[in-house]
Amino acid sequence: MTNAVMTPVVRVLRFDAVQRSVHWINALLFGVLMFTGIPLYFGSFFGILFPRHVIQEIHLWCGLFLPLPIVLSLLGPWGRRMRADVRRVSLWTRSEIRWLRALGRVPLRADKFNPGQKANAIFIASAVVIMWGTGYVLQWFRFSPVTWREGATVTHDFFALAIFVVVVGHIALALTHWDSLVSMVKGTVSAEWAKRHAPEWFDDELAN
Amino acid sequence: MSDKIDTTATVHVGRRLFLGLVALGAAGVVLGAQAQNFLGNKLGSGLASLLPGGDHFRIYTITGGYPTISTKKYQLEISGLVATPRNFSFDDLVGLPSLAMVKDFQCVTGWRVDNVSWKGVQLSHLLDLVGVHPSAVALSFDSYDHADSESLTLDQAHLSDVIVAYEMYGKTVSREHGGPVRLVVPQMYGYKSLKWLSGIRVVDQVEPGFWEQNGYPVNGWLDGATGNADPDPSLS
Repeated sequence: MTNAVMTPVVRVLRFDAVQRSVHWINALLFGVLMFTGIPLYFGSFFGILFPRHVIQEIHLWCGLFLPLPIVLSLLGPWGRRMRADVRRVSLWTRSEIRWLRALGRVPLRADKFNPGQKANAIFIASAVVIMWGTGYVLQWFRFSPVTWREGATVTHDFFALAIFVVVVGHIALALTHWDSLVSMVKGTVSAEWAKRHAPEWFDDELAN
Repeated sequence: MSDKIDTTATVHVGRRLFLGLVALGAAGVVLGAQAQNFLGNKLGSGLASLLPGGDHFRIYTITGGYPTISTKKYQLEISGLVATPRNFSFDDLVGLPSLAMVKDFQCVTGWRVDNVSWKGVQLSHLLDLVGVHPSAVALSFDSYDHADSESLTLDQAHLSDVIVAYEMYGKTVSREHGGPVRLVVPQMYGYKSLKWLSGIRVVDQVEPGFWEQNGYPVNGWLDGATGNADPDPSLS
């Protein structure tokens, strides 16, 4: 009865269960690494909640496993949508490049992800590789010369700072874009949202 | 669809950015030390210390805490194969001839702090005061944290820049830096510079310390260390 009066709400799948799981596992690992990283960098913070060696072990193991969820999510038949989205993130149109160069001040008919979202994903992907690699040099330092250890320390620290900036920005944007955030929890967005925020993607989804 | 691909889908910006950033990270590992030195020289160590990575002590402890020892209660016990075992109070140490030196502090895990100024008593002088027995070969160092320990051969201990330090940057060595009294062995990695020094035992063989038992080299020489130090001492 009510259906006759209300417009039916069509929902479009934005993130499947694999993508949502890997996002939240990755978020958890990043969160733990960032929180344990603070006392490891600023000695005066240590020991407030856990002794340093405990924090160190947590940081090490979370760091070692950091790439695993992403890699697993890309392999196998379950990774179809994940792989498709990686491709979407990697491929940029001329108008997207123009949009990012203008810092969003020119109009853009957005794809599933806007250039800012794409840049965020690319940064996080490279950060995982860089932090893992430099972290490896710091932990198993005997296999590299001292100058590399120093370089790895500097690089690990600089990218850590960059990660804090990017992650804080990411969370702030998520909290101010509720529909986006909900789609990372429940998986879907309304067709209306997709039409407005990601028209190129919406057209693709309709075409399929 | 085909129309769309022709006009819009153009470049793998993502792949390029990703590989570019990873390459930047790799360059950072290989060249980061030089970049840090360059910035340190350009900005002065004060400003450089505000940057991530630069001129920044990472405080490591084994126990998860810092032992608190007041300068009044502090005692350094020298025992073992010596003619006269002795306890030195903080004031005893300050009263002895001192050596001031400025040295880079290099951690084995890769961080470095340039130009740290230390003041203390040469270890060789303390050994002279207690009289080392001819059968002695090495020293074992104990810490007030009751966890860390270190070792030096007698030859290493006699290097003129090996000191029992009670001042860092012109002030009593702080608790987190191993105060009030710590060992400083500038030609070796930081783990050899035992913090919260409580005792020195003169022994007849090298006893690998805490970090050595955990896989670090017993002789923690820095690359390019000569083992023949001329610390440019200002003996006073």
